[in-house]
Amino acid sequence: MEETILDVRGLRTSFFTDEGEVKAVDGVSFSVPKGKTLGIVGESGSGKSITSLSILRLLAENGKVVDGEIRYKGENILDFSEKKMRSLRGNKISMIFQEPMTSLNPVFTVGQQISESLTTHQGMNKKQAMAKSVDLLKLVGIPSPEKRVTQYPYELSGGMRQRVMIAMALACNPEVLVADEPTTALDVTIQAQILGLMKDLQNRLGMSIILITHDLGVVAETCDYVAVMYAGQVVEYSDVRTLFRKPRHPYTVGLLKSLPRPDADQEKLVPIHGMVPSPFNMPKGCRFAPRCPAATDLCREKLPDLFDDGEGNQVRCWIYDEEWPGPKEVDVFGEKRIAQG
Amino acid sequence: MEKKELLKVDGLKQHFPIKGGFFGRTVNHVKAVDDISFTVYEGETVSIVGESGCGKSTTGRAILRLEEPSDGKVYFEGTDLASLSKSEMRKYRKDLQIIFQDPYASINPRQSISDVLNEAMEIQNVLPRKDRRKRIIELLETVGLNGSQADRYPHEFSGGQRQRIGIARALSVNPKLIICDEAVSALDVSIQAQVLNLLDELQDEYGLTYLFISHDLGVVRHISDRVIVMYLGKIMEIGDKKSIFDNPKHPYTKALLSAIPVPDPDREREHIVLRGDVPSPIDPPTGCRFHTRCPFAQEKCRVDVPELIEHDGMEQGHEAACHFVEEIASGQLKPNYMETASF
Amino acid sequence: MLKYIIRRVLQTIPVLIGVSILVFSLMHLIPGNPAQIIAGEGASEQTVRQIEERLGLNDPIHIQYFNYMSGVLQGDLGNSVRSGRAVSDEIATRFWVTVELSFYATVLAVFIGLMAGIISAVRRYTLADTAIMIVALFGLSMPNFWLGLVLIDWFAIGGDWLPDWAKLRPSGWGDSWRQVILPVITLGTGGAAIIARMTRSSMLEVINQDYIRTARAKGLTDRIVTYRHALKNALIPVVTVVGLEFGGFLGGAVLTETIFAINGMGRLTVQAITQRDFPIVQGAVLVLSVLFVFVNLIVDISYKLLNKRIDLN
Repeated sequence: MEETILDVRGLRTSFFTDEGEVKAVDGVSFSVPKGKTLGIVGESGSGKSITSLSILRLLAENGKVVDGEIRYKGENILDFSEKKMRSLRGNKISMIFQEPMTSLNPVFTVGQQISESLTTHQGMNKKQAMAKSVDLLKLVGIPSPEKRVTQYPYELSGGMRQRVMIAMALACNPEVLVADEPTTALDVTIQAQILGLMKDLQNRLGMSIILITHDLGVVAETCDYVAVMYAGQVVEYSDVRTLFRKPRHPYTVGLLKSLPRPDADQEKLVPIHGMVPSPFNMPKGCRFAPRCPAATDLCREKLPDLFDDGEGNQVRCWIYDEEWPGPKEVDVFGEKRIAQG
Repeated sequence: MEKKELLKVDGLKQHFPIKGGFFGRTVNHVKAVDDISFTVYEGETVSIVGESGCGKSTTGRAILRLEEPSDGKVYFEGTDLASLSKSEMRKYRKDLQIIFQDPYASINPRQSISDVLNEAMEIQNVLPRKDRRKRIIELLETVGLNGSQADRYPHEFSGGQRQRIGIARALSVNPKLIICDEAVSALDVSIQAQVLNLLDELQDEYGLTYLFISHDLGVVRHISDRVIVMYLGKIMEIGDKKSIFDNPKHPYTKALLSAIPVPDPDREREHIVLRGDVPSPIDPPTGCRFHTRCPFAQEKCRVDVPELIEHDGMEQGHEAACHFVEEIASGQLKPNYMETASF
Repeated sequence: MLKYIIRRVLQTIPVLIGVSILVFSLMHLIPGNPAQIIAGEGASEQTVRQIEERLGLNDPIHIQYFNYMSGVLQGDLGNSVRSGRAVSDEIATRFWVTVELSFYATVLAVFIGLMAGIISAVRRYTLADTAIMIVALFGLSMPNFWLGLVLIDWFAIGGDWLPDWAKLRPSGWGDSWRQVILPVITLGTGGAAIIARMTRSSMLEVINQDYIRTARAKGLTDRIVTYRHALKNALIPVVTVVGLEFGGFLGGAVLTETIFAINGMGRLTVQAITQRDFPIVQGAVLVLSVLFVFVNLIVDISYKLLNKRIDLN
């Protein structure tokens, strides 16, 4: 068994608004093995970004983790003081974001922004930090780093800015890098550069990556493990091969069936009918039940747990529990699944 | 059966002036689209793909004269749209409709859906007033919405539903050609599939022709009959879907296709990684626009602009704008650099 | 950057020409014969003729403008029709009084406004924030002539620690801070309120930006995030307001100077208007306008320096 660096159990994060409590994350569990990449995949509103912000405790003011545990090397960081948490952020656990264009402060130079992490966490003086910043820019493949380090973000392209963000995140040699849609705003040829860079750096530096994305292609190629999220919950967690070869949750099956593939010709896409439920009006039972072709009364009434198959793969679906009231062989978006029990 | 030309773009240019200097005179141009030509036949779907700044959206807008093109001709059923007066052009707007990425931005939020559709029909005078209500209900049901939702307002709909409204509005005037400008790009995969299927069905039912503008190669592969690959305002390669995806000839097309992550973990893939960024369209590279990043670039590429032509060994209608298609195919020309990555 | 400054300076030329034309036209836009108006109702035909002669009102209009402008460029703004002294001398003795008053008012407005705005933004939606914003609303809605009168009533007449009303009379300006404080508060309060509100909204906008999240993700303290990362960005729009406020104070000084009987440009202008002393009015408006254009120029250039995001082309 691999060493687990980060273990999230039963995470629940809510936002308290004038219209009431929004349960943005409502039952998320996954673990991140050391040196590996975990993908969190889901569509908009699935809570994947909120999950990542919860890990660093960077939620907006009206957001709060209401339940669960986030264990980093065995310690629950939700119990940490704000000061202790700060010493972790940008140091042991760092983060990069979706929008490289707006994620860098426009009024500071690239060097100043990278240096800040080093002076904060590693006690370097400004000169040492600036020298290290040049090295970091070199590490992330930015040409003429000595010149770039004195430039402002507006002087760099989107791809370059994302490299700067990565340099900044890696400044203190973190053990976990949380990457929230790091290439979504980039063109595909630039995305290839950035994903290649991230993999290369992971191989060299050995950090774990949590990659949040909606792109199943990116998941398939970059991740070792995957957590699929739907309406604030993890509905399936498994290693990447199992997920793509034999997805078990009907939502995962539907997602893969509705994806127009760049590598094969498909006659017809199989869409998932309906839409994601409103966070103010969540279904009583399984959250996917209203869109699920195999849903039974049990699914509509009672929320399933994440059932473990004993090999570390988990799925939140009644089909795989002994209580399943439906047929032994279930048709899910045109694929057969064998029920438990 | 002879294919009928519906749209023929000939030497289209769109140069946007850049103001500057002491007195705000034009100091340069953004050469967003620079002399492109292609034909769209009736009933087919032609996609334009490319990365940001390649001019794909500008092309769509110039065809409709949402921005007046700087030069070139746009023939629609034989009539040059670019030479028409504003009022003559209005008549053709009925035949050419556009759907945008964010339909919400192009719908007046204070109008109900029925008002939106009614207005579109009113402007083009497509139906007598008394029949319109029935038609509106019909249109909504055609695009998979409920007729009873006609009197609701745009904010009451989700992204996917709004895109359906955008489609209904385009359909309301019985167009021949619909330009889909990143029409499904903002939608989640499960919703995107619903809309793509809808577009498919509508094409069969009404014999529509689509010019489909997208950066998503998966979507393009799914929906297109033919594909145009653009880079920095120029067409790099054009051909039917099979030729482009299975047998790309232009080094840029190859790199673009190679860069896409594929949803199949069993396939170990080495991706071609291009060097650098897309240059600025203000001062695009001389000769072949791709030569600054092309692994095969030669001196000739720096000087001569390659023509978009059918080279030896290419299917009919498959054309590439590269001086060295044959040499690269035969392995005679070796790449100057070859960077690959697996993610 | 130098290119931008040169361009910006050159762009002020047409503005200045426009201003000069407008100022020059003042005399001619008034219905009736300006000479008659200057001379007054019952003046004799001969007096009117003399004034026309003296002011060159019989020449064609473009010649008059040309003559006026060539005078202006040599520092000659004409003579007062009342005192007969050179307009430039009349202005020179009062110009710095007004600039000084406006300058102190700006300093006050910036100091109070920034502090209040930052506190409000950092402690948003707390009691402190609400209190500051209510006070700011008062400051904004209070006409400054009224505020001036209230201050005089409370502190100068009623209290004993500021010079009393009688001593505020034209004994010169700037003799002691006690004389300065009330007019400066009168003039600066509205500006402070505007700057406070501007700073608050600007800070709140910046705090929600992606780069602030990035800064927090680096493990920086809230203090550093607020004062280093947020404030520097939030100040950019505030700078523009500060510049405009200073310009506004120059004009606003008219009322304040009248109330506190300060012998500045504002009071000079008001007096000249009541006495129908057109050359003085022209001169004063011209000087204030040029100053305003100049302040705007400085604001634009500093905005550019602060905001490196703006494309220098």
